[in-house]
Amino acid sequence: MEVKELEKITSQVRRDIVRMVTAVQSGHPGGSLGCTDFLTALYFEVLNAEPSAFTINGKGEDLFFLSNGHISPVLYSVLAHRGYFDVSELATFRKIGTRLQGHPSVSKNLPGVRIASGSLGQGLSVAIGAAAAKKLNNDNSIVYTLHGDGELQEGQIWEASMYAAGNRVDNIIATIDYNHKQIDGDIDEVLPMGDLSKKWQAFGWEVLEMDGHNITEILATMAKAKELTGNGKPIVIVMTTIMGKGVDFMMGTHKWHGSPPSNEQEAIALSQLEETLGDY
Amino acid sequence: MKDFEIQNHKDTRSGFGAGLSELGKTNENVVALCADLTGSLKMDAFRDEHPDRFFQVGIAEANMIGMAAGLTIGGKIPFTGTFANFSTGRVYDQIRQSVAYSNKNVKICASHAGLTLGEDGATHQILEDIGLMKMLPNMTVISPCDYNETKAATIAIAEHDGPVYLRFGRPKVPNFTDPDKKFVIGKADVLREGKDVTIIATGHLVWKAIEASEILLAKGINPEIINIHTIKPLDEKAVLESVNKTKCVVTAEEHMMNGGLGDSIAQLLIRKMPNPLEMVAVDDSFGESGKGEELLTKYNINTTNIVDAVERVISRK
Repeated sequence: MEVKELEKITSQVRRDIVRMVTAVQSGHPGGSLGCTDFLTALYFEVLNAEPSAFTINGKGEDLFFLSNGHISPVLYSVLAHRGYFDVSELATFRKIGTRLQGHPSVSKNLPGVRIASGSLGQGLSVAIGAAAAKKLNNDNSIVYTLHGDGELQEGQIWEASMYAAGNRVDNIIATIDYNHKQIDGDIDEVLPMGDLSKKWQAFGWEVLEMDGHNITEILATMAKAKELTGNGKPIVIVMTTIMGKGVDFMMGTHKWHGSPPSNEQEAIALSQLEETLGDY
Repeated sequence: MKDFEIQNHKDTRSGFGAGLSELGKTNENVVALCADLTGSLKMDAFRDEHPDRFFQVGIAEANMIGMAAGLTIGGKIPFTGTFANFSTGRVYDQIRQSVAYSNKNVKICASHAGLTLGEDGATHQILEDIGLMKMLPNMTVISPCDYNETKAATIAIAEHDGPVYLRFGRPKVPNFTDPDKKFVIGKADVLREGKDVTIIATGHLVWKAIEASEILLAKGINPEIINIHTIKPLDEKAVLESVNKTKCVVTAEEHMMNGGLGDSIAQLLIRKMPNPLEMVAVDDSFGESGKGEELLTKYNINTTNIVDAVERVISRK
């Protein structure tokens, strides 16, 4: 798919995110907008997976685990546009009885989701387990994850990080959404984490960096990461992003981490995002 | 004892190790994870026989539970092993989200439960684990009473699709159940039929209930003894049938009164068949260092406490 085609999808996904959280006056738009380019590129170009044949097991397919489950709006929109379920279902987000729970869940069998996430720090361990199962099953597919940067404050991430390097789990590509923001403010104010890339290197991971809003660069970096699999080291991509990317008044501030826009703000936001594939 | 012959004295954790080793040979999907307690959990045999299916995770229980959940996604049946304290309280949120809520086929196998861990003291003697685990939707909670039953339970839970908490212990205790008996999850085991009182016990306290029954018989009291190895789902039918006959109940467990077996039985009785109930369990207290038997006595959950509770409950009929 041409980069221009992918960019069309990202514009629609961003519109979906804004409309979903505004409709129910809850949810997490900031991180969702920031990870739109990555998840679109991942699902439409990188991941070897067939939406119509979704199974929990995912035998012979690449797997993706969203560890920072609060950015569920972007995941749901991308999954819907990729064909895991009908885009009209996005209108049920966070409403009673929905499969599109506030944080991803398998309790209602939503295609595309293999495990619950929301309580932070757990997805890397899950991915390592799934990657270990792939190896036992002689399945050469790759396991991908996404984590928030604030999420790295959870100790379990570093337990998992040590395990993966120490045990040569080299069929995993983790990505960190490095937007320098968390609910209470800047990461450097809440709990400074130092040099993230050096930390992961010191833990024994192969580290790549990329601009999370340049689709050409995302695709090139993901291809490089894929080439690095199978070499005895787990791979992590530190992806620089801007929280709220695409909506001018949401960009670069933690204030839109978990707050929905008003109807007036929604109108302004949508005026900045072209409707490319039709609103749900 | 007439009715129950002690075959030998063995630790229930060795029953787990033996069951796991057998599963390794019969079910290629079974994998095991351990957090630096392979010897204590008796997982050495499985590790040596199937090194490719054994994951030493180090002292990192949260990662162990998450990895186990991930392994199920590839069709594996993971058995995690560490002490009961680190299997539950330390990783409650990981179990809640990645295992129970996500309904993953993980078997959380927990040794050194309760006071009989002994000298290590209260930091390691968890008395809340049954309560923590039974509160989780989708979770099955199993607490076998001796070596043979623990081995059989270990094998049986591999066939059950869903999260399981399997609780066992450290000390060598009488091994008396039939080694060839098939373990049926959720089915209570009436060990002795009687008419005056129903004694419902789990884990190490099942043998104590048998000891108590001999003393009670000498006093002219004829107790019925039920081994509840599956605390959740509870075999309500078996309990109610017995209580309908005896009209009073004593529960016995190596666990806190809050949240334990007695609490489950009390809930059942109050809803469906109110009758006098006495609980032999630890009463809102942490444990301490000492020998297992000394601790059972000090914390009022030994044989004589069951006898006393039976006499109290019968007087309330």
